[in-house]
Amino acid sequence: MAKGDTAGKARGKRATPRSGKPAGKTPNTGDLVQLLTPDGDRIDKVTWIDGTEYRVDFTDEEYRGLYRDLVLVRRLDAEATALQRQGELGIWASLLGQEAAQVGSGRALRPQDMAFPTYREHGVLYCRGIDPIMPFGLFRGVDLGGWDPNEFKFNMYTIVIGAQTLHATGYAMGVAMDGRTGGDDGEAVIAYFGDGASAQGDVNEAFIWSAVFNAPIVFFCQNNQYAISEPLERQTRIPLYQRAAGFGFPGVRVDGNDVLATYAVTRAALDNARHGQGPTLVEAFTYRMGAHTTTDDPTRYRIASEVEAWQAKDPIARVKAFLTKQRIADDAFFAEVDEQAKQEALRLRERVLEMPDPKPLSLFDHVYPHGSPEIDAQRDFMARYLDSFEGSVH
Amino acid sequence: MATETLTLGKAINRGLRRALEHDPKVVIMGEDVGKLGGVFRITDGLQKDFGENRVIDTPLAESGIIGTAVGLAIRGYRPICEIQFDGFVYPAYDQIVSQVAKMHFRSQGKVTVPIVIRIPFGGGIGAVEHHSESPEAYFAHTAGLKVVSCSNPQDAYTMIQQAVISDDPVIFFEPKRRYHEKGTVEVDAPLDEAYPLHASRVVRPGRDATLLAYGPMVRTALDAATAAEEDGRDLEVIDLRTLSPLDLAPVYESVRRTGRCVVVHEAPGNVGLGAEIAARITENCFYSLESPVLRVTGFDTPYPAARLEEDYLPNLDRVLEAVDRTFGW
Repeated sequence: MAKGDTAGKARGKRATPRSGKPAGKTPNTGDLVQLLTPDGDRIDKVTWIDGTEYRVDFTDEEYRGLYRDLVLVRRLDAEATALQRQGELGIWASLLGQEAAQVGSGRALRPQDMAFPTYREHGVLYCRGIDPIMPFGLFRGVDLGGWDPNEFKFNMYTIVIGAQTLHATGYAMGVAMDGRTGGDDGEAVIAYFGDGASAQGDVNEAFIWSAVFNAPIVFFCQNNQYAISEPLERQTRIPLYQRAAGFGFPGVRVDGNDVLATYAVTRAALDNARHGQGPTLVEAFTYRMGAHTTTDDPTRYRIASEVEAWQAKDPIARVKAFLTKQRIADDAFFAEVDEQAKQEALRLRERVLEMPDPKPLSLFDHVYPHGSPEIDAQRDFMARYLDSFEGSVH
Repeated sequence: MATETLTLGKAINRGLRRALEHDPKVVIMGEDVGKLGGVFRITDGLQKDFGENRVIDTPLAESGIIGTAVGLAIRGYRPICEIQFDGFVYPAYDQIVSQVAKMHFRSQGKVTVPIVIRIPFGGGIGAVEHHSESPEAYFAHTAGLKVVSCSNPQDAYTMIQQAVISDDPVIFFEPKRRYHEKGTVEVDAPLDEAYPLHASRVVRPGRDATLLAYGPMVRTALDAATAAEEDGRDLEVIDLRTLSPLDLAPVYESVRRTGRCVVVHEAPGNVGLGAEIAARITENCFYSLESPVLRVTGFDTPYPAARLEEDYLPNLDRVLEAVDRTFGW
């Protein structure tokens, strides 16, 4: 039998043809937790498929705080994109469109919780109270984005897709081994990744490990519909949240453009983890409004009408509509937030431009914790080599 | 000083036991390391004595073993990971090279990942494919990793403990075909007075030519030196012990005396450690050399079927043949 025949037969046996529309592209309200509609109307509570009830109860001040977060992270992100366009950053990975997923989950973290980001979680970083300048060394190219994960309870950005989910799982195993689960003061871990990463072996291994070791972890998947150019249907045939069932832990899909629902779902999952109830997969259904990074051109692979449809579900506009309808905030408040965002963006710009270039000999630093004779010899060579040029300063 | 006669495998087991006793943050993780004690029994009895939280049977996922070890290290643990066989390390290669190796550098020294990755390596045991490989060059080529290999029970016992207390990530290559060879081990010698981890050592002094080897090939080189005595040649043998960083000062000193050098390893010759060593010796001992540095290595083929491995692997005769060539140059 020719190879082509075999393939044809196998294809014929499939329950659904490959050309069929995959599940998960347009969730029904039945499998999407939403507490704030795109029009800004509040839904009091939502019961997920497994019977879990989600609701939030914020004060007016807290609602205004979430709005402020959303506006600020979008404005800082826009400033970073502009800095890249002006040649001041080598690259930028914009979070545009994913503000609610990041602010909702970021604000759901308790101080003792540990986050393992990808390279796009600028909004989570902001919500952890970290100086937003911190990742800019990486994107400007003056360093590799090095900071102490334990100081900030926020791991370094990880660029290899999905690798950090295993780090998060190991860290969570350590939390359990330290006896730091089981109460309200227990520690939980959150691992960020995307729809593209869901196809990586490391992510699937992380699911397996966290399940068998009952690790206190939340897998927070921002399904922004694209892995650079590849749409969701190239990664999965089922809604991503349903993957969790096969690994033996709960999966929940939340409207990732709804900051309230994202907060509610993430907070509940984290609290389950800290109480020793093991992992949860949260699929935050959202959309990457911008390019994958500043090197990308999304007009080559997606149509304008799709972007426009998501524009109507904007995560910030719906909060603004809600605050206005409920008279929780007025125009003076919105203007004040815009002004604060503008000022913070200006300060960020100034500080990015002031970042010093690294010294040549620093490239030999920190290869090994206690040095290495071979690296020392190469540093000495480089120093002599640089000294051989007239007027060399290093 | 208490000494015991131990096999190389048992010496590693005893070293691991001391490491677990010494530091409660030390954990062992790998496939079958618990109740079974590992397929080579190197972790025999450790889970029974230290519990399932210290000696962890993991899912069969090598990337998972190393990736979770990174997370445990960030949490303050010192994981010792067992990769069951050399040829099974490749699924973990990304985590080792892209994560473990770079963590200290990219964090500007703020994160250390003191992970030991134990890999039984090399051939000569009649195994099926993927069970006899020598992948050390892949790791020695990677900045941020340290790579060592032991060749005898005393070193096995000491070096595994030194690797565990080191803040570096260490790839620890164990010569699996020598696991059953016995030797005396000083079991209560203080670690801080031991011979350094990243140092080569002259294991047989000689005048006429220098043989360099590590891991399983040290025994082969010593046997070749003994046989060469019959030809009236007095060969010096150096056990490299550390593959990254290399410690070649004793090698240069030796080659300046002998003028002749042969590097022996099981790994394929092409772009192997022997090539790097030969280049450095040429740079540092150029005027002392009576012949080019020669290499006796595995061939540049995939590791062959078990019934061909004796033809593939360097042995006493191939080493002596190369020594002869250095004298005939």
